Amino acid sequence: MSERLVELEVLRYNPETDSEPRFQRYSVPCQSEWVVLDALNHVKDNLDPTLSYRWSCHMAVCGSCGMMINGEPKLACKAFLRNYEGVIRVEPLAHFPIERDLVTVIDDFVTKLKRVKPYLIPKQDKPVSEGEYRQTPAELKKYKQFTLCINCMLCYAACPEYGLIPKFIGPAAITLAHRYNQDSRDGGRDERQKEIATTEGVWECSFVGACSEVCPEHVDPASALQQVKIKSTVDWYKEHLMPWLNK
Amino acid sequence: MAEQVTRKPYVREVPRLRWFFRHPRYLRYMAREVTCIFIGAYTLLLLVGIRRLAEGQAAYEGFLQALKGPASVLFHVVALVFALYHTATWFNVTPKALPVQIGEEFLPGRVVAGAHYVVWALLSLAILFLAGVF
Repeated sequence: MSERLVELEVLRYNPETDSEPRFQRYSVPCQSEWVVLDALNHVKDNLDPTLSYRWSCHMAVCGSCGMMINGEPKLACKAFLRNYEGVIRVEPLAHFPIERDLVTVIDDFVTKLKRVKPYLIPKQDKPVSEGEYRQTPAELKKYKQFTLCINCMLCYAACPEYGLIPKFIGPAAITLAHRYNQDSRDGGRDERQKEIATTEGVWECSFVGACSEVCPEHVDPASALQQVKIKSTVDWYKEHLMPWLNK
Repeated sequence: MAEQVTRKPYVREVPRLRWFFRHPRYLRYMAREVTCIFIGAYTLLLLVGIRRLAEGQAAYEGFLQALKGPASVLFHVVALVFALYHTATWFNVTPKALPVQIGEEFLPGRVVAGAHYVVWALLSLAILFLAGVF
């Protein structure tokens, strides 16, 4: 294992003393197989215990350590130092307010996630004694990819629409709504459409596609949003041009 | 008792215009969107042509003559390049919007995008045939 001195430039912000964020440099002795999160942990443990950031699993599962690394939304636990040269600039996730250092305020996302009801709403409730809600492998595959979302919010940091129009419900929340809408066991689509088939829902998306490019789990939110647009458009035509279907 | 925690979240402003220089992917997006202007401009040109046709033979002949000018040829070449770019970039993302599931598996994306190119070629041939090229 070889060691390398890595220069980290970390955006710091202390709400109690700072009026605006500022960059701070750290020279970190790093092992060749380290990720940016390891370097941050080294800073916290050995150089500067005041540095704040979120992390938990260190294996791209919990979705806590999303941050901007050289301007790109990344999971710090998945950003290998060997892929970077020179000074590595680490900033909090774009488009979210900064709580402190690399910690962002994520209330907006959590509120939006709740609005789209990301859980199964069965068509009709049945007692446990009647058994499980069954599903074929094909029905599972229809939405499985969209279940892989870890709520890391990298897609929100990449989405220019969300940056410019913060009321946009955004990629991950709409994708999760689509995930449940596509589930053969679910009957809650009408409730979710009230939230997502709106201007601040899916129609704020202009298909930049950045969300899918940065998604660490290959959920492909851009695909989910375009599918929601097509299905919502079909709904509109059915409602307005084929009223006899609404009876 | 715990100390009073003061919160003062800092909001970073997003530049209204310069954001698309942040990464090549945003420039590619802007290129896809902006090239539609040339398709719109060509549509207007066709409308002018129909109007000249309605005004009589002399007006239409004049319109056809104007199309042969160097500025017109340049516009046609530029508009064609941008229209092709616009079309190809949209066709290439169709698999995201229109995934086709047959049984358990999804059709590969290139089949969905490829079908668009095939239909495009067939429609173009049909129009050329109607125009008497063949």
